Amino acid sequence: MIAEVSESAALEHGLTREEYARVSERLGRAPTLTELGIVSVMWSEHCSYKSSRRHLKKLPTRGERILVGPGENAGIVDIGGGWAAAFKIESHNHPSYIEPFQGAATGVGGILRDIFTMGARPVAVMDALRFGPLDAPRTGMRNRHILKGVVGGIAHYGNCFGVPTVGGECVFADSYSGNPLVNAFALGVFAKDSIFLGSAKGVGNPVIYVGAKTGRDGIQGASMASAEFDENSAAKRPNVQVGDPFLEKLLLEACLEAMATGAVLGIQDMGAAGLTCSTAEMGGRGGVGIEIDLKHVPQREKGMTPYEIMLSESQERMLLVAERGREREVFAAFEKWGLDAVEIGAVTDDGNLTVKNHGEVVALLENSLLTDDAPLYDRPYTTPLRAAPLDGPQVSAPAGGELRAALTKLLASPDLCSKRWIWEQYDYQVRTNTTAGPGGDAAVIRLKEAGISLAMSLDGNARYCSLDPRLGTKLLVAECCRNLAVVGAKPIGATNNLNFGNPEKPEIMAQIVESIEGMAEACAHFETPITGGNVSLYNETLGESIDPTPVMGVVGIVERVDPPPGAWFLKAGRKLILLGGLLPGGDDRVERRFGSGEYAKTVLGRTWGLPPALDLDYESAVQAAVREIVRAGLVESAHDLSAGGLAVALAECCFGPGKVGARLAVETGRPAHVALFHEAPSRVLAAAPADAAAAVLGIAQRHGIEAPVVGETIADELVVEINGSEAFRAPVAELYAAWDTALERMLEAS
Amino acid sequence: MKFGVVIFPGSNCDHDAVYALSRNLSQEVVEIWHRSEDLCGVDVVFLPGGFSYGDYLRCGAIARFSPVMRSVKRFAASGRPVMGVCNGFQILLEAGLLPGALMRNRNLRFICKTVRLSVATIDSPFTNRCRPGSVLAAPIAHGEGCYFAGGDLLDRLESEDRVAFRYAGENPNGSARSIAGILNEGRNVLGMMPHPERACDPAMGSTDGLTVFQSLVAAAVPVL
Repeated sequence: MIAEVSESAALEHGLTREEYARVSERLGRAPTLTELGIVSVMWSEHCSYKSSRRHLKKLPTRGERILVGPGENAGIVDIGGGWAAAFKIESHNHPSYIEPFQGAATGVGGILRDIFTMGARPVAVMDALRFGPLDAPRTGMRNRHILKGVVGGIAHYGNCFGVPTVGGECVFADSYSGNPLVNAFALGVFAKDSIFLGSAKGVGNPVIYVGAKTGRDGIQGASMASAEFDENSAAKRPNVQVGDPFLEKLLLEACLEAMATGAVLGIQDMGAAGLTCSTAEMGGRGGVGIEIDLKHVPQREKGMTPYEIMLSESQERMLLVAERGREREVFAAFEKWGLDAVEIGAVTDDGNLTVKNHGEVVALLENSLLTDDAPLYDRPYTTPLRAAPLDGPQVSAPAGGELRAALTKLLASPDLCSKRWIWEQYDYQVRTNTTAGPGGDAAVIRLKEAGISLAMSLDGNARYCSLDPRLGTKLLVAECCRNLAVVGAKPIGATNNLNFGNPEKPEIMAQIVESIEGMAEACAHFETPITGGNVSLYNETLGESIDPTPVMGVVGIVERVDPPPGAWFLKAGRKLILLGGLLPGGDDRVERRFGSGEYAKTVLGRTWGLPPALDLDYESAVQAAVREIVRAGLVESAHDLSAGGLAVALAECCFGPGKVGARLAVETGRPAHVALFHEAPSRVLAAAPADAAAAVLGIAQRHGIEAPVVGETIADELVVEINGSEAFRAPVAELYAAWDTALERMLEAS
Repeated sequence: MKFGVVIFPGSNCDHDAVYALSRNLSQEVVEIWHRSEDLCGVDVVFLPGGFSYGDYLRCGAIARFSPVMRSVKRFAASGRPVMGVCNGFQILLEAGLLPGALMRNRNLRFICKTVRLSVATIDSPFTNRCRPGSVLAAPIAHGEGCYFAGGDLLDRLESEDRVAFRYAGENPNGSARSIAGILNEGRNVLGMMPHPERACDPAMGSTDGLTVFQSLVAAAVPVL
């Protein structure tokens, strides 16, 4: 065994004194440098979930469709007919700040490997993005640079790999100026009897390294992702990996072909913490040991140390365990695709991770020390950090002209404007399955083989969560499920990405706990078990935390392959029906709740108060009614009401190819701006032919939900009437132009 | 009729072509691995889209050295139909089977959208079933689709009626004379940036692409 290290080296690796003492005690000696590196990455927040694990246990993870739950590389749900879907979301926030293009690209690459390591072919990607304001005086130029780089990186990787990027979201707020968020979701499909797990088995079986060679890139990336940023963060650029989507495409095809031989027993991608994490976790899950010799590892550079090889996060690599005697079949698949495949070690019976370098042992650690026995913290928490006051300004009721100006401003605002500039750079059609692509409420892909479709929605809402993380998180789960309902889908499972600040601060830890508990309640209610996900903490720069930003990805099933109705009006003369009602949930201090909306943020320039009230049972009734109505083909369009409320949703419905307009007529005792812009949940705006309206209303009544008829579609113009008198009117073309080109104008300001 | 879809490392529209040709067009399809020189007796060779060899060096620049391309050149020289879409078009240019070059889109970004294509000639095995001047809806998805050639060559392509498709209305990528697809001198090799194979299924919003493949079926005459 080679030289041991001191406590000071451990502190430099981000371990605490207590953690270092714990390692030394378990080993009965001080660790070697390689061991220290291994332990420090495996015990990083990113790999160990040491601050969140205790609370993540509160989330529902079981259900009749769940085939594989949290703990594997991706969760798997049964989608019927012998088919299964694997999906997961992962963050790549820290790398995307340091090097936006490669940071985002390798984020996509990592989540794709998580999917195909399970045996599934990736068929869809979505991304949840958060950036600082594009027009901020001091940081605007950098924020624009980050956005362009991130979008370019996602496009580069996904387009080349050949997976459609079918949707996502992009939101702006000050707190992301120093810490953008890039959360990538991927979904894959396969036969449910060909699931592969990241588990080693069979003592003596070969451990095989496949894919790209190992270089010095990304060393200690997982640890970087578990620390706050400071002025010296730019110096961490060498920690960011460089992606090669072409290599990943070859790796996908080769892995699927190798798996099809039947000779592969377990497989795991080398993502965060690279060779370290894959060997420790595969051994740990299989209850066996793994011994490798680094001299066999394909290396891109000369003179790499064991420490560097074990901690490299070079991309496009996988580790697999094959059946002894059938290695040739595995090697042949990789040879066909021109990839390295090398036996680097074997499965042992001792439960240890043994790393040799040319025969000399450089690390010898129990798997359990790195996985199950990693530190687990019960971080203290108080009440969630609250950045805005409970009570806001007195808002006097705006006149008609002001309402029109407010609507135009909202439509052209960074959060609500068309994101076409972004998603036109993504190949959202490759594989010819996308029946509802970017820009709608939920993305839908058909599965040609299975004769069904999968719908997916990605959503976060930090505006709400920063005011009340528990209610805010419930609202975003509800919105994801409602997005699925408007395309006729029934939610079956979910994945979560928890983006927060420093958990060692009690008021941040409180945000995390409240959010997870809200998520647990909502996911149990909507029967969407969490199948896995990602926790990204320490999203702070110079002590400033991001707004609490939990992001959900929910997947649902539609029992048909033809396209769902879109959000857009198709023809004039249709009845407008507001499923759920104008302001469901009663009063409940609507002035205070109005302060969490996009109107408050964009038009009034400040937020306050609480998120909108949510009645989970009513929400479920609305979703059930909408699903039934859409599946029965009774409506030509259906659109979820969310940010910006009724008026924004109505305008968006006018922005289809035909630019069909609408006359909205509402009866309300509320001020006009509340009726038009409040963001009450549980609402969907649908357009139905006159002869189908009665059937729609009948279904609504049967589910016990309000469903007022609020006007009809007309040609070319948006007309808004409140209590019988016209408040304002605007040509659709004018509103559309403001909405459609806003992002482009903001980005080209540089 | 038997179509051969060539698969290079990095091809990613191969599945889509196989599905459209076999399921939407109901024709026989074989997949041809790029290392094979055996074209399996196909009647039409189809080079699909994607990023062959990662598009390293230049799009299509490495794929043209794949063994299969020797056979494709002989196949084309014998007058039989060869069609390259997107990356397939780029490969045909690099292989010298079509003239000109494709440059980065004018806005320097990848563009994915459905565009309108006008059929510029019906005198080809790929367009004989189109109505003259008709407009098709088909998706584009490329970063380097801006067709470029010298003025003499462009004049010649036009005078010889070898422009197969033009972008109608908006020119999305800055292509010279709005060119979206061209034919070789023998009119049996077509390269085009838009993806007709993505517009063959009602679920995808357009079936206009089927006309291109139906033209090939209609043009098939026994080779003596």
